[in-house]
Amino acid sequence: MSAGNSQTGMQSGREVARARRSANRRRLRRAFLAHRGGRWGLGILIFFVALALFAPLLFNRATLSVIHATGLPYQHPSFQYPLGTDESGRSVLARLAWGTRVSLVVGCAATVISMVLGTAVGILGGHFRGPVDTVLNGLSNWFLVIPFLPLAVVMATVLGPSMLNIIIVIGVTSWPGTARIIRAQTLSVEGRPYLERAKALGGSDTHQMVKHVLPNVMPLVLANTTLTVAIAILAETSLSFLGLGNPLEPSWGGILDDAFSNGAVSLGAWWYVLSPGVCVVLVVIAFTLIGRALEQILDPRQSVVA
Amino acid sequence: MAIQSQGFGQSTHAEKRSWFRRNRDLSKFVLAKLGGGVLTLLFVVIFNFFLFRMMPGDPVGLYNRGRNQDPVQLAKLRAALNRPIWDQFVTYMRNPFAETIDSTRFSRPVWGLIGDRLWPTVLLVGTAIVLASIIGVWIGIRAGWTPGGRFDRISTGFTLILYSMPEFWLGLVLLIVFAVGAFGIPGLFPTGGMISPGLSGGSLRGVLDTGWHLALPCLTLTLVYLAEYSLIMRASVVDELGQDYLTTARAKGLLDSDVRRRHAVPNALLPTMTLIFMNLGFVVGGAITVETVYSWPGLGLLSYDAIKGPDIPLLQAAFLLFSFAVIIANVTADLLYAYLDPRVRP
Repeated sequence: MSAGNSQTGMQSGREVARARRSANRRRLRRAFLAHRGGRWGLGILIFFVALALFAPLLFNRATLSVIHATGLPYQHPSFQYPLGTDESGRSVLARLAWGTRVSLVVGCAATVISMVLGTAVGILGGHFRGPVDTVLNGLSNWFLVIPFLPLAVVMATVLGPSMLNIIIVIGVTSWPGTARIIRAQTLSVEGRPYLERAKALGGSDTHQMVKHVLPNVMPLVLANTTLTVAIAILAETSLSFLGLGNPLEPSWGGILDDAFSNGAVSLGAWWYVLSPGVCVVLVVIAFTLIGRALEQILDPRQSVVA
Repeated sequence: MAIQSQGFGQSTHAEKRSWFRRNRDLSKFVLAKLGGGVLTLLFVVIFNFFLFRMMPGDPVGLYNRGRNQDPVQLAKLRAALNRPIWDQFVTYMRNPFAETIDSTRFSRPVWGLIGDRLWPTVLLVGTAIVLASIIGVWIGIRAGWTPGGRFDRISTGFTLILYSMPEFWLGLVLLIVFAVGAFGIPGLFPTGGMISPGLSGGSLRGVLDTGWHLALPCLTLTLVYLAEYSLIMRASVVDELGQDYLTTARAKGLLDSDVRRRHAVPNALLPTMTLIFMNLGFVVGGAITVETVYSWPGLGLLSYDAIKGPDIPLLQAAFLLFSFAVIIANVTADLLYAYLDPRVRP
């Protein structure tokens, strides 16, 4: 849109760059919508985001309280309770809708922490190399080697059960994969002529990393983000199932924990056990599909094949 | 081989020197890998010490979280935790496996507890890994050999869905369908535990009964691991498809199945082999959530009990054991990879 806006007839470098970027974005959007898996993933995700946003309008929060429960315990799915009721007669569907908010918020917030850490570590290591790289690389390798669940469990136990702690634990333990990818990409960007130019013109390290390296690794960060959200949501489900989440704001994993600890399994209350898991699977698949679509579009090696 | 025999008879001296150099590089490589492993272990021990002492407030309070404890044990706990932190650190570093504080939940030495629970976990996770690697590799080869074919599309879809599942939820669903009985299926399997009460593991009936208890948790874990193995195996087979040596093998007139079995698979197997070997470390770590769902009396269930406490000494010991197992498996996998694939060796 800014391509024809220049007043002098000659376009300034900044305008050219901006026009190119918006054209790129348009191309990306078109390619993404042409990708079947990506479309499906986006569709499922939009459904769940809508469910999370409209949960307060659809289901009265008061009915989530045990003392205001309207139904009988462990009722089969019916017209009034499409997904049945739980151990205290609350609607499973209403609990799921409210749980969507927690699951999505934890997954996304943890991913933000993980992405910021991973990108920073990757760029710093790839840019400075030498001892800085050795230390950062050693650190990320350490986190890669240590089994995720035991580490997360130990940290969450020490910090105490709460939503914020779960976010911190997942964010702090899931960044190394990103750091590794970003470091490799930084190394390849560092060899390009425009960085040599920036260096020759006396650009500081910060300038080089923020203005040149970061924009070039951003597409990769983006593709990685969606895959990390999928992993974070799975991790959150496991940790909450182990009782490390906030019991007053149960996520899907927390609902599964309630179902398991209250004997829903031995009573055969399949609706109570099945539905939260189906939600997790759908959302994780949605994020995975989106991530794979982005990867295929953004990676020139793969897009030739596809 | 052919290149080496060309120089035969001409310069044995130079050959000997290059042999020495290669050996030196190799031992350097092995030492570097081992050194890295030792450093990682060291870091685990340090991390394990400080993590549990990072929390503000009275450490004794953190350890027993307001529970009533018998005074003798409480005094012991206080004596252990009231020493200066550097003093404690030096003691811990000298022997991280020492029995300083008993489990607060079971009031028993932690390593004894862990020893009791080790074998059930090895049985469960070991069986699952063996089954998953055989089936997973088979699926991966078949799917990767004709990418985009019917088998590939079905199996990749299936494994991707498996991969997106929390493993304990799969366990819960299998439990409710096949053990409790739902949707018209009668309860075929036991709902938990490892052996029916009154039977001993030594008798034939006891062994069969254990197998019957093992079926569902093992199926759950097998499906979880299988998804990962088959996806990786498929990717490496696809990577080999366009290679020149396969064209050569076909040009020689080999059958398609021979090309696959004798040429493509041995090359494609390496990454999956490494992954399987790395997962052997999890044999000890177990599957915390799956063991919990099936109340399988292994290390996973023990960790769950430790979380519920929280039983800090037990948790700390379990974490140390899991990390050691995984790191040792990792270093071994690295060395094995170098042994199997000459391209990785210096």
